Amino acid sequence: MDAFNYVRATDVGNAVGLGDGKFIAGGTTLLDLMKLDVEGPAKLVDINRIGLDTIERLPDGRLKIGALVRNSDLAYHEVVKAEYSVLSQALLQGASAQLRNMATTGGNLLQRTRCMYFRNTAMACNKRVPGSGCSAIEGDNRTLAILGTSKDCIATNPSDMNVALTALEAVVTIQGKAGPREVKIADFFLLPGKTPHLETVVAPGELITHVTLPAARKGSKQVYLKLRDRASYEFALSSAAIVAEVEGGKFSYIRVALGGVGTKPWRSHEAEAALLHHAAEDASFHRAAAVAVRDARPQTENGIKVELTKRCIAHALTLATKSA
Amino acid sequence: MAMKDEDEVEAPARAGKVTRRSFLSQVGAAGVVATTAPLVARGSQTVEPVARQADGAEAVDGAVAVTLQVNGTQHKIAVDARTTLLDALRETISLTGTKKGCDHGQCGACTVHVNGRRINSCLTLAVMHEGDAITTIEGLGGPENLHPMQAAFVEHDGYQCGYCTSGQIMSAVALLKEPCGPKDADVKDLMSGNICRCGAYPNIVSAIQQVRQRA
Repeated sequence: MDAFNYVRATDVGNAVGLGDGKFIAGGTTLLDLMKLDVEGPAKLVDINRIGLDTIERLPDGRLKIGALVRNSDLAYHEVVKAEYSVLSQALLQGASAQLRNMATTGGNLLQRTRCMYFRNTAMACNKRVPGSGCSAIEGDNRTLAILGTSKDCIATNPSDMNVALTALEAVVTIQGKAGPREVKIADFFLLPGKTPHLETVVAPGELITHVTLPAARKGSKQVYLKLRDRASYEFALSSAAIVAEVEGGKFSYIRVALGGVGTKPWRSHEAEAALLHHAAEDASFHRAAAVAVRDARPQTENGIKVELTKRCIAHALTLATKSA
Repeated sequence: MAMKDEDEVEAPARAGKVTRRSFLSQVGAAGVVATTAPLVARGSQTVEPVARQADGAEAVDGAVAVTLQVNGTQHKIAVDARTTLLDALRETISLTGTKKGCDHGQCGACTVHVNGRRINSCLTLAVMHEGDAITTIEGLGGPENLHPMQAAFVEHDGYQCGYCTSGQIMSAVALLKEPCGPKDADVKDLMSGNICRCGAYPNIVSAIQQVRQRA
């Protein structure tokens, strides 16, 4: 690990003022990558003592989540369990209990890919070293993306939380030296294109301070279904986050987001269009599942994900509507 | 070790009989000194009060002074900022019950409690834990006063080689206070961050279930 200058920030303004290094909160991604020499910040700004660790219901019904709220606290929060259960389910299917006690909301938004070529400095990786090439294409890519890929990068966004936040249409508040700005989750993550090293709209030195969820859709059914190689403590091969409302047997509201298959948390507008105002029944589910992967571009080893994702979506919709 | 401060805390006695543990500790300590001597020398000069920058943050260079409260005892230490909590516990404070397995948060052997919650001590820096209450396996109980979970692991043979055991027990004790369903499957899910290469899982689960049922 490269040496760094360790600095403890005392509040948000102070942290942003010091932001020419890397912020460290839970450290579960950053320290891991520093040990692998994938990350080597000259300065590490510890933001664990600056607050931002509360969950607050706003007067208009929205839920404001501090960036330093730990994943376990968010998952077990009474309001989140009751009204945003897709988020609670996603968090509890991610990582391990120990890691959930460490990892933060803001850190999870910035979680880096688990692509083994990104994590291995002996291999070419455009995300780690722009212009060096991509060893994953034509490589061992079974776990990598089929949606949103480019000829320069097929790395998957590994987060479960981000998939739920996408289905819930969260808004991210980012603090820079010029002040705060709000970014919709749909605009937060960047497709790799020719610049896979740029993953989000967060600029160097900027700090995520909050994530805000819209007022809960109290009649909605919410499901996070995660398919993976092990039953627990494993990244998704494919996952689906569903927020659904059914009236008179038809979908009156539907959000579908996918994990484990996209280069960013993947909102499927195609699946939603195939479901909205249509009957909540198997035929619709399968039609929606098929259009969700219509543009999928499987790699040499991950063709399994196309069928897996279709079944994941169809089954998640079945779970979401069976008691509706 | 050279990195230790003026020692409010006695290291475990090493004089006299050479055990496997003490032999390895001495060899290990020699190795550490040989490889990090320049850093330690530089660090020990800059340990004292952390400089304050004009902008109000605490800035340090090289070794960093930090006070860790481990098993109820204050340890004032000075460590390279890169030192993980795991390495500080094992190498600086000489509490070797906490084990290093993968060193990447994947195996759970390094599990300790910080402010009552279980974390992977390999994925956090010692300097991030100023003032935090840290509990290691040594703080749970010893041979004469086993914690009920330690006793249950003995009773159910919840280990084979024993390397993962302290992490398993620290996780299991934390689990007692977490929202966990009643089934074996619920326990397995919340214990999935602790890997046992010997495959003692069924016995680990029965040990935990026994403690939960008696609680």
